[in-house]
This record gives sequence, structure tokens and C-alpha cells, in this order.
Amino acid sequence: MSEKTPYTTAIDSDAERSPRRIVFLTKKTSAKVVRERPRQVMSYPHLVLREVMVLQGLIIALALLALFWDAPLEQVANPLLTPNPAKAPWYFLGLQELLHYFPPIVAGIILPGLVVVALIVIPYFEINSKDEPFWSGNVQRRLLILSIVLIVLMVVLALFEAWTVIVPTAVIGGALLLGKFQAETQSSFWAYLRSRPLSWWIMTWFISVSVILTVVGTYFRGPGWSWVWPWR
Amino acid sequence: MATSSVGSLLQQLRESKVWKSVFRRGPAVTNRTRSVAVFHNLFLHFLPVKVREKSLRARATYYLGSLTFFLFLLLTVTGVLLMFYYHPAVPQAYQDMKDLRFVVSNGLFLRNLHRIGAQAMVLFVFIHMFHVFYRGGYKAPRQFNWVIGVGLLLITLFLSYTGYLLPWDQLAFWAITVGTNIISFMPSLGKIMRFLMLGGHTVGENALLRFYVLHCVVLPLAALFLIGIHFWRVQKDGGLKLREENERKDSVHNGD
Repeated sequence: MSEKTPYTTAIDSDAERSPRRIVFLTKKTSAKVVRERPRQVMSYPHLVLREVMVLQGLIIALALLALFWDAPLEQVANPLLTPNPAKAPWYFLGLQELLHYFPPIVAGIILPGLVVVALIVIPYFEINSKDEPFWSGNVQRRLLILSIVLIVLMVVLALFEAWTVIVPTAVIGGALLLGKFQAETQSSFWAYLRSRPLSWWIMTWFISVSVILTVVGTYFRGPGWSWVWPWR
Repeated sequence: MATSSVGSLLQQLRESKVWKSVFRRGPAVTNRTRSVAVFHNLFLHFLPVKVREKSLRARATYYLGSLTFFLFLLLTVTGVLLMFYYHPAVPQAYQDMKDLRFVVSNGLFLRNLHRIGAQAMVLFVFIHMFHVFYRGGYKAPRQFNWVIGVGLLLITLFLSYTGYLLPWDQLAFWAITVGTNIISFMPSLGKIMRFLMLGGHTVGENALLRFYVLHCVVLPLAALFLIGIHFWRVQKDGGLKLREENERKDSVHNGD
């Protein structure tokens, strides 16, 4: 395209969305389209405009919240006056809830350390890259291993009386186990669950446990970390 | 005709020598100048020149990564403003909180913005990570960017945690005391690490100063460094992960 061409486009049009490949056919060869290149648009303005709109929406939402929701400020720090309960920031309350059940070295050091290591190595384990449903392949062997893992996990959790971990573990583990016997199902809910790979089940279990521990630690724990109902 | 005169004024401005010296391109009305607009700009060049139409749909990302980054920017701006009114000293820090509330114009609003933004950033980092996981965004060739993301998650948590102490009220003091006590349970290293973090055996003015420096200088710089790599790798690893994308067939790299 020559620079001299008086050539302009409107903001919502793209004169050439993406250049088309031209194939030269010589004797005794043929070409076929293996994959269509997805349609592309120019980042400027299409993406930049959207990002700016998201930024503006965010600023408006935050400003509205900041008008009506005051940051807390208690009395000046006093090392001699321990509040009961003394709570960590909300994102560490799941850990604090674990500390209530397990020895400090397990709940405070080993478990969070394992979570961080597990998150880092996720992409480097083959099992996380496969999308095959859990109930496929050697189903009997998987049923055996899953049963043993679930039973051991539940027994250990029960020994420590970690009820707020047991409940989500039982629900997610139960759903995974029940899915095996839903092979003939018509329901789309079970069909969806049955199509999920192992990595999906582990992450969903992890998120469920974390959310429940955090919510319980935030709203349901009172003096001496005893159970309280937030509406009383 | 007010609009057309504003329009012609803008037109004149765009054609002026000064404007052209800054942007070194004409108005972005052709695909060529639109490309130049992206790759001749230090900040925009983190974006690809072209994007797939499907990756622009809201449900491809829900803009979770963008929102997290914008929150980081907003927290930087509000944080710098707060620094003008804050002394990391005992008990002056607490007095500064009172002043922000009762003396400084819009001081409470400023602190609210920073506080809510910080909570939102922690929340959005988590949601972003889980969304990327369920999309399979950690799979090859994007493995390393996932690891960078985990690093950014930890920095975000630590940023929020160090900021928690700064108001120097009961909430701050005891939250940090509870948190740093957990570290001391670590065998052999625990006590030393706690001492290093607090600059003493208890949460005191040394701890306040250390948390302040970490919160305002060290951690934001570390975050910025990793954010740069994170964004750059999104492009180098082939753009956003789309649900329809089949990695095995998709051997052609995006953006060529």
C-alpha cells in the first residue's frame, strides 16, 4: 500500500483483517486448507478501548464502595491487651482454622508449603495435561485407589476432628465416587461431572475446602476459637 | 458548531510539530498506523499488534488479569498519596490514621480506596488463577507463565499482609503477631526468620519500619518485575488460551 493513497478506515472496521495466504500450485501438487486462521482484529483500537473501559468501570465501582464502606480503625496497638479471638487477615483465616485442628508445624508450615509447591508443579505433571475423564481406562483399579485414599483421608481428618475439612471432602469425594455408577445417566449434571479429569477434581476439592475454612474462620469463630453463629 | 471546532482543534493539534515529535505517527486510521501505535509505544507494546477476535469476548478472560493489574496501578497511586500523610513510627503511625480520618480532606476516602482496592486485588488474583486453571491455561507452552503467576500470588499476599500492620491499631498489631507466630513453628529456621522479619522478638517499631519498607518499595518493585515478565510471556507463549483451541493441531504460532 502506497503512503500517498488517501486511505482511512472507521473505528469499527478493519480494511484487511488478516492477510490471506496465496498458494501457488505447480504441476502434480495440490493444496488443501488444514486449518482456518482465526479472524484477527487490530489491538489498537479494539483491545485498547476495551481495556480502558474495564479500567473506568473498576474505578467507578471502587469509588462507590469507598464512599460507603469505611476502613476499620480500632484502638492504638497495645501489646498488653490481647483481643479474643485475635484474627489474621481474612485470606489467612483458613490457615488459622487449620491451626485449630492440627499441630502448628503441620497447619502452619507443612500444609501451606505443600500447597505452594503443588501450585508451582501443576504444569509439569503429565496427569494435569490430560483431559481424559477420571472414570476411564482401568476403572476397577481407579475405584480401588480412590476408595483407599478417601478412607485414609477421612480417618485422619476424623482423628483430628477437623469437621470443617471433612464436610467438603465428603461432598466432593462422594460426588466423584457416585459418578462411577452414573454411566447410563440421562442427567447433564452427572454427564458433566463424569467428563471431568482428575486434576479438575483435586482443584475443585482444594477450592471448596479453602472457601469453607475461610468463611468459617471469618464469620463463625468467636472467643477461644469457639463456634458462634454470626446472626446471634 | 462547538463539536466541529473542537474536532478541528484536535486535528490541528495532531498535525502540529510537537504532537508529531511525541507520537511519531499520523492519526491511527490505517492498519499501518494502528500497528505503529502499538509497537512504537513502550506501554502498549506489551500488547500484540493483532488479536484474535474470539479472545476479545468478555467470557474468554472476564478481564480478570487486567482487573488485577489495574488494581495494582490504583493501589500504587493511592499508596503514594497515603505516604504523604504517613510516618512509620510508633505511635505517630496511629495518629496519622486519625488525622486521615478527621483532618486531611478526603483522607478517609483515600484510605478506603486503598483498603478496598487491596482486598479486591487479593480476591481477583485468586479468581484469575482458578479461572486460568479451569481453562487449562497452564498447559504447554504456557507452563512457565503459570509459575510466574504463582510468584505474583505470593507477592500479592505478602504486600497485603505487610500493609496490614501499617495503621498500628489493635487489629493490625494482633494480626501480625498471630501471623508471625506461625512462622516461628518452623523447625530450626523459624525463630531466626521471625526475628529477621520483625527486627526483634516482638512486633514493635522495628517491625513497623521493616514492613513499611517492604510494603512501599521492595514488594511493589518485585511485583512490577514479575508483572513485566508475566505480560511479555502471554504474547510469547501464543496469546490467550481459548477454549476452542486444540493445542496439537495448533502448531502455527499466533502473531506471525
